[in-house]
Amino acid sequence: MSGHAQAVDTKTLWGGGQSPFGISYGKMMMWYFLASDALTFGGLLVAYGFIRHASADPWPVGEQVFQALPFLSGAYPLIYVAIMTFILIVSSVTMVLAVEAGHRMDKKGVIKWLGLTVLGGLIFLGSQAWEWAHFIHGSGGGFQVNQPITVNTTSPEGETLPMSLKTGDWVHFPSELGHAYEHALEHGDKIEVRNGKVVITSTAHDNHGHHGHTHGAEHATATVKEYDLELILNKYVLERIDGKDYANMKVTGADAEKLMNSMVEHSVVFGANMKKNEYAVQQQYANFFFFITGFHGFHVCQGVIINLVVFIMALKGVFEKRGHYEMVEKVGLFWHFVDLVWVFVFTFFYLI
Amino acid sequence: MEERDDLIVNESYALNAKHSEEEGVTIRKKIWMVTAILAVLTIVEIFMGVFFKRNGTFMWETIKLGFIILTLVKAAYIVLIFMHLGDERKNLKYVLLLPYSLFMLYLIFIGLYEGLAVQGLHTFLG
Repeated sequence: MSGHAQAVDTKTLWGGGQSPFGISYGKMMMWYFLASDALTFGGLLVAYGFIRHASADPWPVGEQVFQALPFLSGAYPLIYVAIMTFILIVSSVTMVLAVEAGHRMDKKGVIKWLGLTVLGGLIFLGSQAWEWAHFIHGSGGGFQVNQPITVNTTSPEGETLPMSLKTGDWVHFPSELGHAYEHALEHGDKIEVRNGKVVITSTAHDNHGHHGHTHGAEHATATVKEYDLELILNKYVLERIDGKDYANMKVTGADAEKLMNSMVEHSVVFGANMKKNEYAVQQQYANFFFFITGFHGFHVCQGVIINLVVFIMALKGVFEKRGHYEMVEKVGLFWHFVDLVWVFVFTFFYLI
Repeated sequence: MEERDDLIVNESYALNAKHSEEEGVTIRKKIWMVTAILAVLTIVEIFMGVFFKRNGTFMWETIKLGFIILTLVKAAYIVLIFMHLGDERKNLKYVLLLPYSLFMLYLIFIGLYEGLAVQGLHTFLG
């Protein structure tokens, strides 16, 4: 990249007939567009910061909300998001290699690297679809309590201590119990709490047809399922008591029954939507998740389509004929910008 | 006349500029270098995020500042090397970066400051 500096005075440079910025019109406009798009994303992240700073209630902790992996149970805090970040960074690298190949008029190189970039973009979009599905579906759900209440809790390290809840505070189900509870609510099954167990009695429905069909007698048998009653406090937030942070506090037995009996009616929430969410008292948390990652995903989607178009053009030899691969560079700028935005979303939405 | 490097810094990314094979080797080496740096920084961020509990202590505030610095370093590498804004003329570089940075600094300041004021109001009014 040897620059050959020339002596040109300002008058000549800005006097017309040449680009004072030393780049083509198309590239300059791409840069201006990216600057304006960066303002949009900057505005969104600052709006998120505003709401978070304005909130007096504790804000959900990223590593407690995002800790699931597909096909695996257990907690893997932030690993999935980290993998997504890697996918996007790698696809940014393949893009810069495509641009580099273009500068050498290496058609094969451009096709190879641009193809891999499209692939990386598609994998990222797929990962985001899973992440959204998981966020919307939730990991067990929770409910609010209708009175101030104090219960004994056990920390994941085995430490026991009493914790006090205010009216309207959240209690969460563990995954398995939560999903059984959700299923029972959806089907109108009878739910009873007794002897430290949740007993779900389901009648007259099978898994296939419960939309007003009349079932045969063989389906009308009642099935009874029992689940150990175990509830969780501070599933998504950290609470500081005497200089120590407490999260994922387990409540069992009579204390858990006490919590179930103080459930605010119809306050059970599973996952998240635009009206309510199990992760936070603040609905803006879910809304910002949907809007910021959604708007970014929309950009990725556009980027994949544009990259695909340019990939086909390269394949057909359009740029070979044109004599330069500047189009690859322009779409490359957009693609890197998408990666850049994700770097900031990753830090401000997930890490901090 | 004195050579003015702010006018023409580098024309190697001009429309008709072609890179030779040797130049390609140098550029690719740089790309892989930056890839390694970005990967290492992301891994460091993950470890910082997983191993430090979130609380209001000085420690966590420092870690948060660390996240922001690492993010800015990553952003700088992406913009200056991958988008090769670092190789463009200075006038283009600053016409993009300076107004944006100034405005964002203002927006961040006013957004967070006002946010805290609203929180204070909520707390005050119960």
